[in-house]
Amino acid sequence: MLKKSLQVAGVLILSLSLVVGCSSNNPNASDGKEDGGLSGTIKIDGSSTVYPVSQAVAEEFMKKNPGVNVTVSQSGTGGGFEKWAKKETDLSDASRPIKDEEKKAAEDAGLEPIELPVAYDGITVVVNKENDFVDTLTIDQLKKIWEPKSKVKTWRDVNPEWPDQPIKLYGPGTSSGTFDYFTDEIVGEEGKSRTDFTQSEDDNTLVQGVAGDKNALGYFGFAYYVENKDKLKAVKIDAGKGAVEPTNENIQSGKYAPLSRPIFVYASKQALDKDHIKQFLEFYMTEGKEFVPEVGYIKLTDDKYEENLKTIGVK
Amino acid sequence: MSAEEVLIHQNKRPKAPALLTDHDGDRRIGTRKMLNQIAHGLFLLATLVGVVVLAVLLLDIFKMGWKWLNLDFLNSFASRFPAQSGIKAPLWGSLWLIAVTAPLTFIFGVGTAIYLEEYAKKNWFSRLIQLNISNLAGVPSIVFGILGLTLFVRQMKLGQSVLAGALTMTLLILPIVIVAAREAISSVPSSLRQASLAMGATRWQTIYKVVLPYSMPGILTGTILALSRAIGETAPLIMVGAVTFIYFTPGNVFDAFTVLPIQIYTWTGMPKAEFQNLAGAGIIVLLAILLTMNALAIILRNKYQRRNG
Repeated sequence: MLKKSLQVAGVLILSLSLVVGCSSNNPNASDGKEDGGLSGTIKIDGSSTVYPVSQAVAEEFMKKNPGVNVTVSQSGTGGGFEKWAKKETDLSDASRPIKDEEKKAAEDAGLEPIELPVAYDGITVVVNKENDFVDTLTIDQLKKIWEPKSKVKTWRDVNPEWPDQPIKLYGPGTSSGTFDYFTDEIVGEEGKSRTDFTQSEDDNTLVQGVAGDKNALGYFGFAYYVENKDKLKAVKIDAGKGAVEPTNENIQSGKYAPLSRPIFVYASKQALDKDHIKQFLEFYMTEGKEFVPEVGYIKLTDDKYEENLKTIGVK
Repeated sequence: MSAEEVLIHQNKRPKAPALLTDHDGDRRIGTRKMLNQIAHGLFLLATLVGVVVLAVLLLDIFKMGWKWLNLDFLNSFASRFPAQSGIKAPLWGSLWLIAVTAPLTFIFGVGTAIYLEEYAKKNWFSRLIQLNISNLAGVPSIVFGILGLTLFVRQMKLGQSVLAGALTMTLLILPIVIVAAREAISSVPSSLRQASLAMGATRWQTIYKVVLPYSMPGILTGTILALSRAIGETAPLIMVGAVTFIYFTPGNVFDAFTVLPIQIYTWTGMPKAEFQNLAGAGIIVLLAILLTMNALAIILRNKYQRRNG
């Protein structure tokens, strides 16, 4: 009787491994030597903010160079740098510049970090479509709303001309890079914020929240605003030089300050010695930059990409 | 509850004991019957809550994902364009992971269970082991992820590979399999064991010819249900270094991989609304795999139960 049961278990395992065996038609490994014979693997990890850009570039690069395998992960900027300094990855996506201790860890491991800005990310402050009184918010007003122990409960608390209706706040969760960045720029200290607001790590939840609540005010990544323009109203930001709308042009020119920031890919001198990685980065800064708007971010100005090309030693 | 139903229930009730014929007794019967009705209603409600939530969830997911589910979806890699996106890499990644995890958990899990039930003396040492296994079953999965990263990925230098992921998953579900297998083995009547031993069989012969065949349905059911848990895990695999975007399927156990839950999670966080629908389609595929595995568990159990009975 045991024989039978062992047979069944055996058949189960065998069929699973057969199924799996059939999947090993790795297209890239077999016909890798086309297209100038570029081959190898590139491991990218890091910020989930940068992920869509790197994923798009990787996708197109692999279409042109089937011999190269690029994998992209998103364990966060800090987690990415940690793996990078342990030489488990080749490139690191980052939504902020590298910190001193991260740089030191990399240098201790024999890596010479190279910083390459690849796009701009903007934070958009939004209100409900039906909100007809809020058009512009100053940095001071935003600070008053979002600082810890804020006394703002109604719109009138922000501006005496606005109605006496409760203000409902929506924002990213505390582990989000957007949260760190927003609190740093608006409240003045990273991670400090009032806590009585609806938090979600998923920006789509915030979009739905603000879209469905007449008294809502929220903030999240520009990409999520672009995809939901019909449901939301973006607030202009006044940082002392007049109201600035979050648009591609304003973010690219740096006018939409302080709520726009560059995002980066970090390479190392050692990685650039490998031909396929160097070519990947060259592709990133030339053809790859065209995918930036497609995934909801804003391109840098062309001279910045030229500078990157010089940094990696292509020009 | 309608009047007819109440009547039916009342008819089913045994008549009140003859001793309680006075007025006071009638009232007590009435109260007891009413309490029974309330309990009936409450428990029905409790059952319905789960069922209704599940139904709503399924409906929502199918509405989102059904239209996106086709062969192209199963056979394409992820893309930044929703229409071109598919789950080839995570689907194969999940299958690879399960294919490596299944034999590992089966061997280690059943081995441990046999040792504890059949060989180990009931002393402080075996009690310590049992206590630890029960504790392991309650450890959050992310902790196993950290362990996997340090032990398998870094110390054993397996890298961010299918094997490292599968070993981590094995550790994660091993306690469940051990507990299930032990229950199955201890449910074997000791008269069967004694009969076998009385015939001159060794302990191993008894285990091999009597205990294991008798307990196999329980063991297999436990193993398959534990594997169903493994196929739905995300956090420990992200920790171990399963990638998010990958343009090839694993060719051997040392290749990089991704799994269905990671892909679904990534899609739900994307700004474009179409990706939510893709996530729905991915969930349908994951559910299909899970249900198939559960069905397999039931079929195996029934098959062996009939034979043993």
